[in-house]
Amino acid sequence: MAHLNPTPVLEPGQDRTMILNMGPQHPSTHGVLRVLLEIDGETVVRMMPDIGFLHTGIEKTCEAKFYQQVVPLTDRIDYLCPMTNNLCYVLAVEKLLGLEIPPKAQWLRVLLNELTRINSHLVWLGTHAMDIGALTVFLYCFREREEILKIFEMVSGQRMMTSYFRVGGIALEPPLGFFDRVRDFAGYFPERIDQYENLLTGNPIWAMRTKGVARMTPEDAIALGATGPTLRGSGVDIDLRRDMPYSSYEKFQFKVPVSQEGDVFARYMCRVQELRESTSIVRQALDGMPEGATKADAPGIVLPDREKMKTQMESLIYHFKIITEGFAVPAGEVYQAVESPRGEMGYYIVSDGTAKPYRVHMRSACFANLQTLPKMCEGRLLADVVAAIGSIDIVLGEIDR
Amino acid sequence: MTLAPAITDLEQLKNHPAVARLLGWNTEAVTGVKFDRDEMTIYVDRAHIREACVVLKDDPACPFNFLSDVTCVDWYPAEPRFEVVYHLLSIPEKERIRLKVRLNSGSPAVESITSVWPGANYFEREVFDLFGVRFTGHPYLRRILMPEDWEGHPLRKDYPVEGYR
Repeated sequence: MAHLNPTPVLEPGQDRTMILNMGPQHPSTHGVLRVLLEIDGETVVRMMPDIGFLHTGIEKTCEAKFYQQVVPLTDRIDYLCPMTNNLCYVLAVEKLLGLEIPPKAQWLRVLLNELTRINSHLVWLGTHAMDIGALTVFLYCFREREEILKIFEMVSGQRMMTSYFRVGGIALEPPLGFFDRVRDFAGYFPERIDQYENLLTGNPIWAMRTKGVARMTPEDAIALGATGPTLRGSGVDIDLRRDMPYSSYEKFQFKVPVSQEGDVFARYMCRVQELRESTSIVRQALDGMPEGATKADAPGIVLPDREKMKTQMESLIYHFKIITEGFAVPAGEVYQAVESPRGEMGYYIVSDGTAKPYRVHMRSACFANLQTLPKMCEGRLLADVVAAIGSIDIVLGEIDR
Repeated sequence: MTLAPAITDLEQLKNHPAVARLLGWNTEAVTGVKFDRDEMTIYVDRAHIREACVVLKDDPACPFNFLSDVTCVDWYPAEPRFEVVYHLLSIPEKERIRLKVRLNSGSPAVESITSVWPGANYFEREVFDLFGVRFTGHPYLRRILMPEDWEGHPLRKDYPVEGYR
């Protein structure tokens, strides 16, 4: 972060070029991204993203919290896909503990994760289209997103910062009427995707602004650490849900959309098709939802049910001990990665055998994806920078942590 | 809830493809191994980390062609104090591996791997910013998350959680 440094980061080259400062309060930088652009007329000669404006030291904070207290922090990293972050963190801790999770909890996690993906992609689609000038799409996307937020509120009591998953399962059984509401949503949502596509996919203005813009080759994408739709839009076929499955994803049938062109339109197509695939996964999860417990049988780790806590002495003691002392995690280290809407979200957790993590590192997809931006934009028009930023779907909370 | 004990014996793990590949290239580069919770860790000598990455990346059988992550762990007050941790992924084979370099506390420095994966750039800058580990040969080693004039490296264990008052 260079905002306190009076000397400019980019030196102006010859007198042909000028430095243009974009952000951090620019609406199309999706938060507080600052970009320094060296431009020659309308052409970007050099580009340098400048980050750190949203740095809150979450990794440091984690070291001072019990394992179960870290879950709410993970929501705040990527506020558009809280469930994905919750999932990745609890999976990592469960791997450290060697904990088996009941099938119903795993399936519920998949269900909610895919709803989160739809939610995140809807925000992306709306804002990305708005950046480029298609204002209407935003209104339609947020109409459907509202329904997902209401579903989240139903299960977790929160619209955005859900903190719904726990180490060893999920916080509560979903309430009555939850599955019907999700089924309802999954029923009408494909039609709504058609509506978005009617507005954009065949639209000649949209095509002019996105096709052939901000191209990236698969070699560059891999070398720069891009993941998720940013990588798949360049023709690299990898999706951690399919290739390195976690939380029962191997039991679901879905396609991984890949586009070869590597431009803004290719990334757009990848994400829009992912919306359809996610809806199909949600339907499969509803149809095949197993019966049984939603929490692992691990009394020292999983909080007891409220009912038992009020009536049984042992449960009360466990409850008291978990809340006040946390639970010790055997020493060791794990790296757990999940496919977040933006790419590979990874948690690297080191335990020293105590009740607080020794080190938590979040491998954020956007942090690496952001590095592809200069590659996409240098030598291209200034107006395309906005399209390129939108197409990698950054969330600054996740970049700066 | 059963955890298999970690395997740290090099003899037992020398047939793991990545370990075999590194040992076949330079036996001095590998200073230790650990197989724990289905994850493979290779301790690499500090002087050889960049070449080790090249060797693993160019492995024809299982190319670790993708750099997932670079981070660091501070074991203050133990020595060697810092562990720089690299997570590699093989996109064709869907395998992961973790490389570790141990560094002493006196002006910790390790060779940058930005020449192998340009994507290491931000990750190394982050480690430099938050831990104060220098990466020699890095094209632009400056603070990335903290302000330029910040003092100290916040993720070090001797840095208080509430910051210096």
